[in-house]
Amino acid sequence: MHFADRLPLQSGASLSAYDLSYETYGTLNFDKSNAVLICHALNASHHVAGVYVDEAGKVIDKSEGWWGTMIGPGKPVDTDQFFVIGVNNLGSCFGSTGPMQINPDTGEIYGADFPVVTVQDWVNAQARLMDALGIQTLAAVMGGSLGGMQALSWTLQYPERVLHAIVVASAPNLTAENIAFNEVARRAIVTDPDFNGGNYARAGVLPKRGLRIARMIGHITYLSDDVMNEKFGRQLQPEQEIKYSTQDVEFQIESYLRYQGDKFAEYFDANTYLLITRALDYFDPAKSFDGDLSRALATAKAKFLLVSFTTDWRFSPARSREIVKALLDNQRDVSYAEIDAPHGHDAFLLDDARYMGVVRSYFQSKVLA
Amino acid sequence: MNPTLDMTLAPSADLLSIAHLVPHGSRVLDLGCGTGELLAHLIAERGCSGYGVEINDANVQACVARGVNVIQINLEEGLSMFGDGSFDVVLQIDTLQHLRNAEVTLVETARVGRIGIVVFPNFGHWPNRLAVLRGRMPVTKVLPYQWYDTPNIRVGTMQDFEALALQNQLQILDQFGLQDGKEIRFWPNALAGRAVFKFQRGLT
Repeated sequence: MHFADRLPLQSGASLSAYDLSYETYGTLNFDKSNAVLICHALNASHHVAGVYVDEAGKVIDKSEGWWGTMIGPGKPVDTDQFFVIGVNNLGSCFGSTGPMQINPDTGEIYGADFPVVTVQDWVNAQARLMDALGIQTLAAVMGGSLGGMQALSWTLQYPERVLHAIVVASAPNLTAENIAFNEVARRAIVTDPDFNGGNYARAGVLPKRGLRIARMIGHITYLSDDVMNEKFGRQLQPEQEIKYSTQDVEFQIESYLRYQGDKFAEYFDANTYLLITRALDYFDPAKSFDGDLSRALATAKAKFLLVSFTTDWRFSPARSREIVKALLDNQRDVSYAEIDAPHGHDAFLLDDARYMGVVRSYFQSKVLA
Repeated sequence: MNPTLDMTLAPSADLLSIAHLVPHGSRVLDLGCGTGELLAHLIAERGCSGYGVEINDANVQACVARGVNVIQINLEEGLSMFGDGSFDVVLQIDTLQHLRNAEVTLVETARVGRIGIVVFPNFGHWPNRLAVLRGRMPVTKVLPYQWYDTPNIRVGTMQDFEALALQNQLQILDQFGLQDGKEIRFWPNALAGRAVFKFQRGLT
């Protein structure tokens, strides 16, 4: 959807016009009270559920939405009951206005000139999409990780427009260690000789090496030590002995990470990676309240469900508990599930009966009510 | 805390007796809230609000399904999430006997709540005493487990609890026993299977 109204950004810059890619699932009811907005994290998109079909009506391979375990007909977020909206954020690379697109002010690809966007900017843009869809009040806003930050931010920026916030595997801000991981990823990209100060597209190249390494680092932090050991252990490549090499792929984990990095570098944009990790770094609603999250969340009116996973060390349960505590301090309705899953941060995208059960129960007993 | 323990809340006359101790409109924190039955009752019938605390996954989901606010944390890790005097009433129904740090949690209960209400199996009940006199640990409706297979890591009597309360400067506001759905106020330490204490922080 195209928006011709200028969008002021937190940085002071603005986007004169922009597009937002979005998908919807299910049917908006008569009084428009069953809308659920899904916010995506770092590398996902507006395609949250379902599959794409080709012209012959055949399901396109690997076209499943990124949160298909959670959202769909009969799923915990049941699209037979709810009107679900997935939206691609500004600065991303899946159709919404981002650094790979033409800057209407200059006629050139944005590249490094794309303004820094924040979680608050994304939420403002999402709110305009809701306006355009005629949805005044969202039954729920839901997201995991960085998506959870957007859900939380919705309750602070538009407290009257959100009845429920479902915040999964998220945090009230990033810790120093977390920012550090982002910085290593950014340095990998920026120091790629093909990066060209961010204007690689104009130069006709792509900083794929940097993107690969950024993804490899990220991927390690999304898993747990246990899961990695269980999946790969110290296993070598099939039918291979130790080669006493320093540069060959020998261990299976090396092969796996390289594969993940290669795959990612084929579809993801380097500037987008920089922008989105920065949005993560900057998010900190307590900052304007001397770091007092309880005071920061006093604005929120929504009811909350928070979920965290015990082995998630990138967005640890302790961080979710901080949000819970701040909501308790404000006497807000909140439920909190701490799922003992082995999969680290990735658990929020996986199918776990306890996790799915709690979200399903929440939507049935609270959001539907 | 253990899903099977809700059985001990039946008959619901016990639950009603406990609910009567909670003033109308109270903000309630229910530690070890099980499936949220008592909280749901307090919200629906006594205009209360609040949260349950549970560790068991199935119970957490049951609370959410009932529409009761529930926080999944381990009570053994303390109640630092809850502010001083932030609740009118803090409940510990059949929770104390499962806690390793029962004394700390009791003091924390009095810190977080203006009133604390604790209910636990009373080991002083005469059938228990009789069983021990006969040389065996009791197996009863309230303590239905064999000694080698019980989730109750401690048992105590009403007199024991009084001593513990005194030791921690807790002021007992009311105490009685529950037996067959009735409040027992005469010699409850011998005549009641379950003990009920209502207390507050004492003056220090």
